[in-house]
Amino acid sequence: MALTKTIIAEKIQNELDLSRNVAYEVMEEFLEIIKETISSGEDIMISGFGKFCVNEKKARKGRNPATDEEMTLPARRVVTFKCSGKLRDLINSDTQ
Amino acid sequence: MNKLELISTLKDRANLTKSEAADVVRIFFDSLSEAFVKGERVEIRGLCSFHIKEYKSYVGRNPKTGQKVEIPPKRLPFFKCGKELKERVDY
Repeated sequence: MALTKTIIAEKIQNELDLSRNVAYEVMEEFLEIIKETISSGEDIMISGFGKFCVNEKKARKGRNPATDEEMTLPARRVVTFKCSGKLRDLINSDTQ
Repeated sequence: MNKLELISTLKDRANLTKSEAADVVRIFFDSLSEAFVKGERVEIRGLCSFHIKEYKSYVGRNPKTGQKVEIPPKRLPFFKCGKELKERVDY
């Protein structure tokens, strides 16, 4: 089963002894800080986990594969993630 | 922004003590790491999702020396940006 917000909120609820609603609000506030920071163009670095980076992509020419029509794709900003070496070793520890 | 700045921002905005804010940040990233180790998918609506991608072994080269090296198979978390974040980060 996939890990979801609900499961994380439950852990926060139990470990910090908060009500269910407050735990969920705290988690949403935390996620909002992350989203705001990244949206402002600032990277987020979590030691031992990884780095969320904002990358600028330049405008480029593309083609609509369905109609074969050429078009210019505008410049855009995307989020990338780089896994930390420590986490990568942890994920691969049973295969080495 | 690093982990400490994240903790102190959360402390102010969610009215938590510093140690509570540190706990929330730790619980969040530890939960993700644990899921990765188990090979589980992670889905944080609005932010991102992750799945573990298996990479096969291949022969690569040391870019400095040109020497051939055998790269062992590995697993890495594959990040996919969530819809809300994608729209907010773009111009």
